[in-house]
Amino acid sequence: MTTAATVADTVPDFYHEKTRFKGIFGWIFSTDHKRIGLLYLFAVITFFLVGMILGVLMRLEMLTPENTIVTPQTYNTFFTLHGIIMIFLVVIPAFPAVFGNFLLPLMIGAKDVFFPRLNLLSWWLFIAGGTLALVSIFLPGGAADTGWTFYVPYSIRSNTNIIPALMAAFILGFSSILTGLNFITTIHRMRAPGMTWFKMPLFVWSLYSTAWVQILATPIIGITLLLVVIERLFGVGIFDPTLGGDPVLYQHLFWMYSHPAVYIIILPAMGVVSDIIPVFARRTIFGYKFIAYSSIAIAAVGSLVWAHHMFTVGMSNTGMFIFSLLTFIVAIPSAIKVFNWVATLYKGSIQLEVPLLFMLAFIMQFSIGGLTGLMLGALSVNIHVTDTYFVVGHFHYVMFGGTGFALFGALYYWFPKMFGRMYIKRPAFIGWLLMTVGFNILYFPMLILGYMGMPRRYYHYLPQFETLHRIATVGSWIMVIGIIILIVNLIVSLKKGKKAPANPWGAATLEWTVSSPPPTENFHEIPVVTTGPYDYSNITQSVEETR
Amino acid sequence: MTQHEEEHKQHRVPYGEYILIWLGLLALTCLTVALAGIDLGRWVIITALIIASVKSLLVMNVFMHLKYEDRMFRLFALVALVTFIIFISLTFFDYAFH
Repeated sequence: MTTAATVADTVPDFYHEKTRFKGIFGWIFSTDHKRIGLLYLFAVITFFLVGMILGVLMRLEMLTPENTIVTPQTYNTFFTLHGIIMIFLVVIPAFPAVFGNFLLPLMIGAKDVFFPRLNLLSWWLFIAGGTLALVSIFLPGGAADTGWTFYVPYSIRSNTNIIPALMAAFILGFSSILTGLNFITTIHRMRAPGMTWFKMPLFVWSLYSTAWVQILATPIIGITLLLVVIERLFGVGIFDPTLGGDPVLYQHLFWMYSHPAVYIIILPAMGVVSDIIPVFARRTIFGYKFIAYSSIAIAAVGSLVWAHHMFTVGMSNTGMFIFSLLTFIVAIPSAIKVFNWVATLYKGSIQLEVPLLFMLAFIMQFSIGGLTGLMLGALSVNIHVTDTYFVVGHFHYVMFGGTGFALFGALYYWFPKMFGRMYIKRPAFIGWLLMTVGFNILYFPMLILGYMGMPRRYYHYLPQFETLHRIATVGSWIMVIGIIILIVNLIVSLKKGKKAPANPWGAATLEWTVSSPPPTENFHEIPVVTTGPYDYSNITQSVEETR
Repeated sequence: MTQHEEEHKQHRVPYGEYILIWLGLLALTCLTVALAGIDLGRWVIITALIIASVKSLLVMNVFMHLKYEDRMFRLFALVALVTFIIFISLTFFDYAFH
């Protein structure tokens, strides 16, 4: 992609850079975007494992219709914490904060992000918010039990530790805003010469769209959560109907952020899919501009569909019609992406490496998640399945079947660049297989359960739902075994994996032009970009040499 | 002057202007409080929003220096403003049609 070799062999990689502080302090006070990206990675994986354990325990409780392992109150805190951790601490920061930080400057030919110190502050805010969320579990009063949505009036009346949990989400919001601000500025100001908007990798386009959503939507949740805190502390009637407040207004404000947050979660994952598929299909991406513009369209229209979460709360018919229509419109740019990915694979020279397998699973599972989302967007069906397991199934097909799978695929794809080692292939394949099979056994029955009328968040359930609940629980065990294999494999590969060359996959984006792992300031000389990110015409030869 | 220097030039605003704007903001706050005591019916929200918008514009233009920045920054602020207007308008598709 560049006209010149970009790095001298003598420059040390970023693991061996000279830092102001030694040891761990050299990491937690580093302003290097790659180190910050890895700090986020370890934090996100840790939080993911905590959230996963809570999820497995919830499934275990659902094994029988009556009490299985925990009390009803504990079950309430489990689903609340599982939601808060997985959403605010895992899937929202997963792509922008981990991969965005590590890759964005490398992909656009920059030495770092535009505001490196702000970037470090963003990580510290993330850790502060995450710690507060975890500490709130153990404070007197007990963990929050409202569900991750903090719906009023219950969140005003619950005696559990609501305020620490709300403040944690508030602080995490600031972390997200700062990351978005940094990325928009970086993309506008720091692209290498020749890196025009339409020579940017599609992951960068998706980060750009996401960053706008982070900046524009996150302040709304910030102020909304703060209003709940004020209402709890001072009894001001904002949302509580007994004090003259309006609980539906809370839902509007909450979803005004939390629906766009779904796009903060899924858009960069889509960018990753767009970047990985062409590499393993050995052909240029089909419909580059359509995919780039569809990211902007999803960010724009996706921010306007929030009230489809509220069709049963007594909204006006006009409101319901408008929000249902907008929900259907947002499916168009999403489908554009799916069709373009499939078209990219068509007649490609497909190499079934593990990252591509994750992307293929993404396409299938995201399609199921997206289409069930359209069912939920239809007013008549929505009334039937609102607050049932159908919603839980749909949501996990998008969040986990989509973003979660893209996250693991991205981790395997960029692992050689991040750590300078290749992953071990066989366990990676077995892990993927178990994870995919387990995932579908776990979540597909939820779609059926919901359609049959099983309500979400219920501790006890009717006996006719038992078989499907059991199947789902067994699925959770299979999936967790797969996840453990995947994570252990990555840890083992850090030590035992083969040394990674600069460009093991024969990719054409800029990050693969520097050594693995990259040197401290990425590029010895800022590269001059002359060809597109999916032009493999000059790459094939060097790949054969490295293999 | 090089482009670099041009990008970083500082526009100095006289203190008098800041104080004037501050007094203006105080006056508008007093107006909001005064109007809260009068029953304006359906105009309550509209007047409150108009006053708040004028205050925001003053803060953004003068205190945040948007008036003196280049077009790109004003465009970004406009995106935020338009988004805000769309969010409020869509919410009113619910409230106004009850």
